[in-house]
Amino acid sequence: MSWSMLTPEEWTAVRLSLRVASVATISALPLGIAIALLLARGRFWGKSLVDGFVLLPLILPPVVTGYLLLILFGRRGPVGSFLAEHLGIVFSFRWTGAALACGIMGFPLMVRAIRLSIEAVDPRLEQAAATLGANRAWTFLTITLPLIAPGIITGMILCFAKAMGEFGATITFVSNIPGETQTLPSAIYTFTQVPGGEVGALRLTIVAILIAMAALLASEVLARRTNRHLDIE
Amino acid sequence: MTLVVDIRRRTGGLQLDATFEAGPGLTALFGRSGAGKTSLINVIAGLLRPDEGRVAVNGTVLVDTACAIHVPPHKRRVGYVFQEGRLFPHMTVRQNLLYGRWFAPEATRAGDFAHVVELLGIEMLLDRRPARLSGGEKQRVAIGRALLASPRLLLMDEPLASLDEARKAEILPYIERLRDESRVPIVYVSHSVAEVARLATTIVVLSQGSVVSVGPVADVMGRIDLFPHTGRAEAGAIIEAILEGHDDAFGLSLLRSQAGLWRLPRMDLAPGSRVRIRVRARDVILAAKPPEQLSALNVLAGVVSGIAAAEGPIVEVRVDCNGEAIIARVTRYSVQQLGLKPGAPVHALVKSVALDRRSVSGPLRTGMDGDDA
Repeated sequence: MSWSMLTPEEWTAVRLSLRVASVATISALPLGIAIALLLARGRFWGKSLVDGFVLLPLILPPVVTGYLLLILFGRRGPVGSFLAEHLGIVFSFRWTGAALACGIMGFPLMVRAIRLSIEAVDPRLEQAAATLGANRAWTFLTITLPLIAPGIITGMILCFAKAMGEFGATITFVSNIPGETQTLPSAIYTFTQVPGGEVGALRLTIVAILIAMAALLASEVLARRTNRHLDIE
Repeated sequence: MTLVVDIRRRTGGLQLDATFEAGPGLTALFGRSGAGKTSLINVIAGLLRPDEGRVAVNGTVLVDTACAIHVPPHKRRVGYVFQEGRLFPHMTVRQNLLYGRWFAPEATRAGDFAHVVELLGIEMLLDRRPARLSGGEKQRVAIGRALLASPRLLLMDEPLASLDEARKAEILPYIERLRDESRVPIVYVSHSVAEVARLATTIVVLSQGSVVSVGPVADVMGRIDLFPHTGRAEAGAIIEAILEGHDDAFGLSLLRSQAGLWRLPRMDLAPGSRVRIRVRARDVILAAKPPEQLSALNVLAGVVSGIAAAEGPIVEVRVDCNGEAIIARVTRYSVQQLGLKPGAPVHALVKSVALDRRSVSGPLRTGMDGDDA
């Protein structure tokens, strides 16, 4: 086998990472937009507390976040046992748990990007829409959402990239099970721990670089397209 | 149609306490900056809540604090043309224009698209985006967008304030057409005497949040006691005249008003057209005796009907010329020298060149009261 070909196990790790990061990003999006709206427009007591709580995963050591997830969402954790009993959703030692950990780690970056773009929208445009007969929901869908589209794209890309690279929280929460929870970073880590694993680690490193570059390029292209759409020079 | 406003609102330093009724045509809310004009129309649009009071259009109640009624802005069908246009940047001009249509009830969809587009002269702009429009074009699109939402009332908040003179001149005729051709009553906020004189049917003078005067524009503008509120520099009377004919040899137009015959630089209007001439007080000279051998072409005989009480060197004098008011701004010294007092016969002189194109409105299609059919 050539040194440049990925082994089936390595392919599995790459595919799993892409799936985990995609699911994490897409599931985080609705909540991310809602929280960003709340933080950008809401006026309520304890707003800075919510703001701080959202930012927490960015500041805490990832291992701490992973351990908290383990306590809360583990089989015997209060949330985890409830979800397993009533909804049949299990996070611990499953790829869904990896997606949860990655989503939580990427969430602050997503919220921040979307929040900034919401704050840049002129609320007077929304007033204008109201005088033309649009209620709040329509105004959001036809005015606010298209105007914050670039921020949403940026937020998604940042969250996706963070999820692809997430290691500490994931390995603490769902361990490192090949085929189930062994994502790309965990696989690289495993390779570095065994003799003769350098080639495998290098191959996966190149894959990681390629995926990161592709995500960056995609965000560039999308941003340019939406900017042209908005006619901003 | 009638708009009934009777509201009180306290914000920051401004105490808004306004009561007035407005009929068809264009009602100007006039006053200095900070007089509460914009707050007042924001209350009518539903963007601000009054502390107490009532707003109704054609009998439909929009606000009545006594009955705890506050119709939200999107259900009021009150069109609003903002000072800065506020076009949606992510939509083309066509999409902007059609935005309000989605929400207008089918039965009330007034004015077909083509008619409004033609009225405002924006055919060429439909596929452009707002970023590619000039200031004047943006405002015309904003007017069209508000109109196509089939409003029962159109509010305009200093729509010309951010434009230069040339752009203003470009838009004024469209607003005149709107006033005369569409059935939608307009409330127009302005601090410019020139705009109000040209456009308004009725004028509401606001000062520090309160209504100082309401009435037909010529009556209100002819009152010298209101100058402290309306601003002195641009003050002047408004004359309604009919074009009698042109003097092509000298490039003049002849007009007749109640006050007498006027000669103005030639304007491109057909004989029989009704126009409104704004005669600024500072352009009027008074003479106690009939003057002879004079370059000023407009000499109107009248009687002094009022002299504003003033401490400073300058005084406004109101002259009644056969029932029409002309206001002159002269020195207190001259008043004394000429012996001017109420009842004294006097001649008002106005240079034709002072009455340039900008002092004259476009043709008024109907009388002062607009089209109230």
